[in-house]
Amino acid sequence: MSLWVDKYRPKSLDKLDYHHDISKRLKALASSGDFPHLLVYGPSGAGKKTRILSSLRELYGPGVEKLKIDVKTFVTPTNRKLEFNVISSPYHLEITPSDMGNNDRIVIQDLLKEVAQTESVDFSNIVSNMKPTINKKNKFKVVIINEAELLTRDAQAALRRTMEKYSSNIRLILISNSTSNIIGPIRSRTLLIRVAAPTNIEILSVFNKIIEKEDLLKFLPKDEIEREKLLNNIANYNDRNLRKAILSFEALYMNNDIITISTPLIKLDWEEILKKLADSILIKRSVANIQHIRSILYDLLSHCIPARLILKTLVINLWEFCSINDKKYKIKSKDEVKLKIVNTGSIFDERLSLGSKDIFHLEGFTIKVMVILEKDSL
Amino acid sequence: MSVVTSFTASDGKATSSDIADRLERMPWVEKYRPKKLDEVSSQDHAIQILKRNLQTANLQHMLFYGPPGTGKTSTILALAKQLYGPNLFKSRVLELNASDERGISIVREKVKNFARLSVSNPSKEDLENYPCPPYKLIILDEADSMTTDAQSALRRTMETFSNVTRFCLICNYITRIIDPLASRCSKFRFKLLESEQSLNRLKFIAERENVKLENNSEDEVLQEILKIANGDLRKAITFLQSASRLYSLNIKNVEDQDEDGDVKLNDVDINGGSSEFITISEVREIAGLLPETKIKALLSTIQSKNLDAIFQFLKDDIFLDGYNGAIIIETIHDRLLLGNEYEENEENISLRLSTKQKIEISEIIFDTDLKLINGGDESLQVLNMVLKISQILK
Repeated sequence: MSLWVDKYRPKSLDKLDYHHDISKRLKALASSGDFPHLLVYGPSGAGKKTRILSSLRELYGPGVEKLKIDVKTFVTPTNRKLEFNVISSPYHLEITPSDMGNNDRIVIQDLLKEVAQTESVDFSNIVSNMKPTINKKNKFKVVIINEAELLTRDAQAALRRTMEKYSSNIRLILISNSTSNIIGPIRSRTLLIRVAAPTNIEILSVFNKIIEKEDLLKFLPKDEIEREKLLNNIANYNDRNLRKAILSFEALYMNNDIITISTPLIKLDWEEILKKLADSILIKRSVANIQHIRSILYDLLSHCIPARLILKTLVINLWEFCSINDKKYKIKSKDEVKLKIVNTGSIFDERLSLGSKDIFHLEGFTIKVMVILEKDSL
Repeated sequence: MSVVTSFTASDGKATSSDIADRLERMPWVEKYRPKKLDEVSSQDHAIQILKRNLQTANLQHMLFYGPPGTGKTSTILALAKQLYGPNLFKSRVLELNASDERGISIVREKVKNFARLSVSNPSKEDLENYPCPPYKLIILDEADSMTTDAQSALRRTMETFSNVTRFCLICNYITRIIDPLASRCSKFRFKLLESEQSLNRLKFIAERENVKLENNSEDEVLQEILKIANGDLRKAITFLQSASRLYSLNIKNVEDQDEDGDVKLNDVDINGGSSEFITISEVREIAGLLPETKIKALLSTIQSKNLDAIFQFLKDDIFLDGYNGAIIIETIHDRLLLGNEYEENEENISLRLSTKQKIEISEIIFDTDLKLINGGDESLQVLNMVLKISQILK
């Protein structure tokens, strides 16, 4: 049994639930049998990949879904062997070069050039009675590059030449969360497609489709308004991230026999811990608490929660607590405190990426916030 | 475009279809590269000198420099074509794009070997039609990304083989070319294109490609493209192509396939009655810029000084909609500091700001940009920037 996320992932452009104008454009592009290099960007869980796979299906037919995973080996200039996973179908390749860290340039150069230099052989002119239905589409191979924003500058520069030189044999689709880290020359060579996160209403309509197909009505509150409220809660909690929303909806369904409006949502552990952490920073400003917080932070880090995510979530939590509960924490000028917290957050965020020992900066941030609050209460 | 109408996919015409197909797929930047010096828009000064050179068929070493998209590569390619004609072009011209083939070894081997070859004899036919001067041409594109070592290796080569070879270096920043090289060349500065001439070029291309621009305001759309491209004609043409690819494609119909195997290739004229026109907002969307309504909302939220509102707006309307930090910074920079370029009305905040406020804002923008380049988290940094700016606006 597959997860709902995969089970109900739309397979064709017509079945996509929202952003119909993008679907229309993609369809037009796919139906012309040719498209420029694409750069698809948007927040996670917005449906970038789904849209691309559907367009590929539109372009090549169901053949693109026959995926296989290959392991390719590369040799670095220093003679180290690297293994790299490539997901491929007869028509396209999917790679995540950022897995390779600093070696991504080699992957881009070797793999892409290899693909790009092989021209597909076109027999339709020789067998003259064969209809040239697919020849036009088969002339190029599509390479999907995931997490393009994490590519190093070198790799992007290498990409730049490849894109121009072999543009008749290869089409690149870059998937990225943001275009900030993509260098200008690449941005100007690609067609930018922005995929915004779905709105809550759109998420609800997806939920309703799933409910209908899975026949879930009997597990949900009978009252329509209540049901809507419940679904809305789930959507809200997940910040318009459709994938996360569906996953948490499914988890909710799996864990409870009957879901009512009062059923607690399933929340992620680390998010709850960070909420408590923010709360304790605001209340107890003491050396003893710092020590306590350090152990919690260490725990989070050892569970592979990225330090920058911790910092960002902490800032957001602190902000929200300050806005809502300023009485509880006895904050005098809440706007000023909030400004200072965000400013401190931005400073330590930079240091996190420049420095190498995460815990120092997280602790520094915690202490700094405590100082801000202490000064405010004077 | 009339060449690209329908044809039968039989053996005889297959090649013509291939060429048409290739032409169809070629980026317009390549397709409409000027073929003669006369076609190069703007850059009158440089063109005049080059033309005189062309008449006497006497060339020095040359160094072209100027911002991207101003026609440096186009000019030298056009010149080379006029000098040698299509047949000789291959054997007489070596074009090296320095972005991946740099380094001292390339200069020592490839460049030197090519430079040292003596010139081939042109055929009679070529001699009649083209000047065919007795030297070869080496074009080193993006020369500013060559290492200093590679550049110094070039010094002597340029002199030794000057009887049979001329060099043309192309770069964006002349300061990155070492002095000994620069002093061996006659320099040509390519200035940013004047908007009128680029507009004419864009119009020409739009006409040739049947691009449907929003009806009543054809120029406005092109003007917007030019404004976004900021004097870079290549960027402008790419935008135009992307826009037409994405937004006027609906007219094309794949099912245009007859039973006998006839394929109608992307013929725009057939279903010319499309309602899809390219509008200003679509152009902005392609460039990844914020739509005008979002900018207004952003600015008014900043002015409201309601911190929670700013927080929510950034989260819901900017980041979850997929707009990114660099664009917000750029927009704010444009609107708050360079506001003079926009029409003068009450909404124009920048006119109301004092110099001191502007200085403070630009310092914040600088700080945020630095943090982002250092790898900071976008949403956090931009939030910080917007909050700080909101405190300065009073």
